[in-house]
Amino acid sequence: MKQELITDAVLVSNYLQGDESALSVLITRHKQKIYSFIYSKVYDRDITEDIFQDTFIKVIRTLKLGKYNEEGKFLPWVMRISHNLVIDHFRKNNRMPKFDNTGEFSIFSVLSDSSLNAEKQIIKEQVESDLRRLIEELPDDQKDVLMMRMYQDMSFKEISDKTGVSINTALGRMRYALINLRKVIDQKNIILTN
Amino acid sequence: MAKLYSEKTPQIKNDLNPKEETVNFLLNYSKALSVIDYNKLKFEALLN
Repeated sequence: MKQELITDAVLVSNYLQGDESALSVLITRHKQKIYSFIYSKVYDRDITEDIFQDTFIKVIRTLKLGKYNEEGKFLPWVMRISHNLVIDHFRKNNRMPKFDNTGEFSIFSVLSDSSLNAEKQIIKEQVESDLRRLIEELPDDQKDVLMMRMYQDMSFKEISDKTGVSINTALGRMRYALINLRKVIDQKNIILTN
Repeated sequence: MAKLYSEKTPQIKNDLNPKEETVNFLLNYSKALSVIDYNKLKFEALLN
């Protein structure tokens, strides 16, 4: 009760003259009001704690820089600072909404890493190298058409121009290439899936 | 009528107070902060 006898204005003035304990008294005196005020706006203990801290950092800096001149109105002034910081907090959150991932909806159900994991990467490389070896076994004319179509992404028109055969021949070679590949794959029980 | 129109808001407890560590941080911050006056310019320095 004795503390209450010293007014805020006197405490502020003592603090400005270097009495650090005056700040402690001011904080103790007003912390509940300020903290509750912030909490009543944000309804989150952690955010309240942050804004409370930022409020007093601003108070301390302003006082030490000698910019405070509202003697006798310490609490309303601090409340105003915390009010502005609460507004800043909501503005910032509107611009960049926080997603806390606590509800039923999980952000990870729509976000996924599409790159393969190490095991799948190895399997993929294995499958590709097996397939290349099988293609090497094909007769040259079929192999050429298949390579041009699948790996160089050429059209059958382009293939026919390049190899000097008709489009139908190129199509036929492609068809036989695939048939032969399937045959070998079936015969040797090769699994080409990952 | 009030019951019809008002939603239940979370109860604000009366014992809402900042953590002790927050208050201690502020007191230490205050002790560490010093303002240096130089030719009408003010510099802030955090001495820890």
